[in-house]
Amino acid sequence: MGEVYVVTSGKGGVGKTTTVANIGTALAMCGNKVALVDADIGLRNLDVVMGLENRIVYDLVDVVEGFCKVKHALIKDKRVEGLYLLPAAQTRDKSAVNPAQMKEVCEQLSQDFDFVIVDCPAGIEQGFRNAIAGAEKAIVVTTPEVSAVRDADRVIGLLQPTNLYPPYLVINRYKPQMARRGDMLDVSDVQSTLALDVLGVIPDDEAIVVTTNKGEPAVFKNNSKAGQAFRNIARRILGEEVPLMELEPSDGLLGLFKRIVGLSR
Amino acid sequence: MGFWDRLFGKETPSKEIAKERLRLVLIHDRAAVSPSLMEALRDEIITVVNKYIEVDERSMTVDLKTVDSSVALVASIPVRNVRRGRLA
Ligand SMILES: Nc1ncnc2c1ncn2[C@@H]1O[C@H](COP(=O)(O)OP(=O)(O)O)[C@@H](O)[C@H]1O
Ligand SMILES: [Mg+2]
Repeated sequence: MGEVYVVTSGKGGVGKTTTVANIGTALAMCGNKVALVDADIGLRNLDVVMGLENRIVYDLVDVVEGFCKVKHALIKDKRVEGLYLLPAAQTRDKSAVNPAQMKEVCEQLSQDFDFVIVDCPAGIEQGFRNAIAGAEKAIVVTTPEVSAVRDADRVIGLLQPTNLYPPYLVINRYKPQMARRGDMLDVSDVQSTLALDVLGVIPDDEAIVVTTNKGEPAVFKNNSKAGQAFRNIARRILGEEVPLMELEPSDGLLGLFKRIVGLSR
Repeated sequence: MGFWDRLFGKETPSKEIAKERLRLVLIHDRAAVSPSLMEALRDEIITVVNKYIEVDERSMTVDLKTVDSSVALVASIPVRNVRRGRLA
């Protein structure tokens, strides 16, 4: 029996889909059987981020409505052994699926996969309810911004009475230099506000944009910092102790000076 | 903000502003999302106050109000009567 994770955030555009694609791919690269489930019905994205958009035949709604079996809707990623995608339907809306059906699909998948990772839509309405229904663990993604942290707090509040509490926290699009200058909330600000364990900190990285353009997750790139941060998260999920990555570039003499006179925090 | 501004302490770093705004907004959000918390708080206040003062529970209000940059718990508790000799 595998484990079912949901990746959620409240706010849109903070990096849920990117996180699902990269953590999932990294887990498969470590030898696991992984199913990625796009629960964002009507606004499917995960297929494009994974570069699998041309291979869709059936989708989640087809499975739920009994048109096909789960295994027939799964798209096999040819780049990594053991990686599969269950795409969302594009021409339907959230109401095409209910939480009980979603739970059933996740249960079926967890029979055959080590990890099932559900990509949650933005918001806290039915799409969110569906996405979390079959999950056993949750990852909340936020960026170091007031609005994103606020929405994350709201989602955490909704998870509190469920089996998904406490979720793990992923801080995405982190800019170490800005944080150092005092112009961005830093890791400990976000962590202490939300009071969750940090599963990983992903730097803001152009490689995410470039790899997403090409439809290949950044974890394939050895020289991408974000890719490495996602690979580290996969290793932590697998139970390894991996310290948070050093994100700050070594800052030379000026930095040393600033630190001595207390100008950088 | 430039290096020199910060050197002479002219401006608050924007993250401090963000932290403060976040703190205030979360106090309200968390209280609003959890009416049961506010209700429990209200009930306990009544229990305590009632030991000394007879209050009109039904007209009592307990709210969070933002005043300048701080949030206050503002309770309005109409008094019916003061119990005699409680502290004697
Ligand atoms: N660490 C990052 N660095 C740079 N760009 C990022 C990063 N994470 C996400 N993005 C970009 O932000 C946008 C939103 O990401 P996405 O994963 O689709 O968010 P969500 O699924 O939460 O709506 C995308 O264009 C993505 O490429
Ligand atoms: Mg998305």
